[in-house]
Amino acid sequence: MSTDVKTATPTSKDIDIGQRTAPNGIKLPIYMDNHATTPMDPRVLEEMLPYFMEKFGNAASRNHPFGWVAEEAVELSRERIAKLIGASAKEIIFTSGATESDNLAIKGVAEMYREKGNHIITAVTEHKAVLDTCKHLEKFGFRVTYLPVQKDGLVDLDDLKRAIDDKTILVTIMAANNEIGVLQPIAEIGKLCHERGVIFHSDAVQAIGKVPIDVNKMNIDVASITGHKLYGPKGAGALYVRRKNPRVQLVPLIDGGGHERGMRSGTLNVPGIAGLGKACAIAQEEMPQESCKMAGLRNRLRDSIMSRLDEVYINGSMEHRLPGNLNISFAYVEGESLLMGINDIAVSSGSACTSATLEPSYVLKALGTGDDLAHSSIRFGIGRFNTEAEIDYVADRVVETVLRLRELSPLYEMAKEGVDLKSVKWAAEAH
Amino acid sequence: MSYSDKVIDHYNNPRNVGSMDKKDADVGTGLVGAPECGDVMKLQIKVNPQTNIIEDAKFKTFGCGSAIASSSLATEWVKGKTVDQALEIKNTEIVKELALPPVKIHCSVLAEDAIRAAIGDWKKKQEAVKPVEVRAAQ
Repeated sequence: MSTDVKTATPTSKDIDIGQRTAPNGIKLPIYMDNHATTPMDPRVLEEMLPYFMEKFGNAASRNHPFGWVAEEAVELSRERIAKLIGASAKEIIFTSGATESDNLAIKGVAEMYREKGNHIITAVTEHKAVLDTCKHLEKFGFRVTYLPVQKDGLVDLDDLKRAIDDKTILVTIMAANNEIGVLQPIAEIGKLCHERGVIFHSDAVQAIGKVPIDVNKMNIDVASITGHKLYGPKGAGALYVRRKNPRVQLVPLIDGGGHERGMRSGTLNVPGIAGLGKACAIAQEEMPQESCKMAGLRNRLRDSIMSRLDEVYINGSMEHRLPGNLNISFAYVEGESLLMGINDIAVSSGSACTSATLEPSYVLKALGTGDDLAHSSIRFGIGRFNTEAEIDYVADRVVETVLRLRELSPLYEMAKEGVDLKSVKWAAEAH
Repeated sequence: MSYSDKVIDHYNNPRNVGSMDKKDADVGTGLVGAPECGDVMKLQIKVNPQTNIIEDAKFKTFGCGSAIASSSLATEWVKGKTVDQALEIKNTEIVKELALPPVKIHCSVLAEDAIRAAIGDWKKKQEAVKPVEVRAAQ
C-alpha cells in the first residue's frame, strides 16, 4: 500500500497516549484493562521475531527446509498449548482468535450433529461471539436455550440438568466471564454433559493461563483459546477439539487446502502461532505464583477502595472469580464520567455511555443488578505487569474521583436526605 | 469518547454546582432524567420576582461528561436572563457550543428540559403564592 495516501482516520502516530511519569515514579497512563487485551510479554515477542524474516517459510511446504522450520515452530506451539490444558497436541487446531474459535466450535458442531438433534444450550452472560453465533443458528432451525445466571453470576446446575433433552447436541458455557471474571462450574457442567452424551464447548479465553484448566478432568470436548488474553499476540487463536471419548468432529467454516486436519484451511500464521505457544509455556511455568500475586493485588485494590467509600458493590461472586478481576459499581456515579475523571488509568465501564449499543452491560443486568448500578460499574483487569504502587495510585484516584462526582450527583444528595430513589417518579418517560 | 476542550473544561471545573432551598418561593427546581437511563439532572434557579430575572442558578448532575457539561453550561446561560429569555435557550445551541457528538445530543435535550422544568416549577409557585397579583398583571 502506498504510504503517502492521506486518510481521514488518524494513524497511531497521531494519537498520543500521553505517556508521562507521576511524581512518585509511576508511568502514566496505567493499563488496567487486561480482559480487553494484555500487553505482549517481551519473551513472546522474542520467540516470534525470527518467523517474520529469516524463518518465513510456509508450514505446509513439505519439500524444503524453509517449510520444515516453520512446521517445527507450529508443532512446538501445539504441544505447549496442549500441555497447558492437559490435551494432546493433535487436538489443537489453529484459528485467527477467539471469535473464530467460538464460531467454528458452535457452527461446526451444529452442522455435523444436525441429524442427532437441533438443540443448543448456552447462558445469557456468554460473550457475544457465542450469543450471536447461537442467534444465527436459530435462523436455520436450531433451538437455543439461554440459561439465566444466579445473583453471583453462576449458572445453576439444576437449570442445566432440566434444559438438556433428547435433541440437545451442544452445551456452550464459558470458563471465565470477560466482564465480571466469574468462573463457571466447568467440571460439573462437563460431567453432566458426558453423562447425557452431549458435546461440551467452553470459551476459555479469559481462564486459560490464569486458572488451571484440564480438558480431561473437566470433561471439556471443545475449548476456545486466544493469544492476546495471555500476553501473546492478537490474531492468533486455537481450538481444542477432543479426539477420543468421545471423538468430536466439526464441519469447517473455511474450506480450502485442508490444513488443520481439514477443520480450518488457510496458511498458518507462523509467528503468531509461535507466540501463542510461548505465551502458554510461560503461563504454565508461572501460573501458580502469578495467580497468587494477581489475587493479592486485586484484593488490595478492593480493600483500599471499599474501606474509604460507602455504597460500593462488587458485581459477581468473589469466591469463584479470576484472580485479576474486580468489577465494582459505585452508586450515584455514572461510569463514563468516572472514567473521564481517572483518564490516566485505562479501565472499562458497563455504562451505556461507553458501549456501541447505548445499552448498559447485559452481563450485569443478567445478575439482577439494576440499570442504575450497571451504569455505575467499572471493570478493573489486573495483569502480569501491574505493580503494587500502581494499585495504590488507582485506588486513590478512584476514591477521590468518586467523592468529587458524588458531590456533583443529585442522586447522592437525595439518598443522603433519605429519599428512596426507587419511589421517585422520574420524568424520563417523556423521551 | 473524545470530548471537546469545552466539555472537558466544564467537567473539570463545573460552574454553579450546588443546591438551593427547594421551598423558597423564588426558587424553581427542575429534576429530569432517570437513574436507569444513566442521566439525572437537577437544575435550580432563583428568580427576582420584581424583574423576573434569574439571579442565580445551581445544578447537580448524575451522568456522563457531556451531561455534566451541558447542565453546567445551562446554569451559566440562564443567569442574568429573564425567565422568558431563558425559555428560548435551545438544545441545539448547547450542542454547538460544546461540540457534542451525535450520540450525546440527548444530554443537551435533557439540559433544555431541566431549564424548562425549573422555570415551570417557579411559575407554579408564583401562581400559588400570589394568584391575585398574577391575574392583575395579565
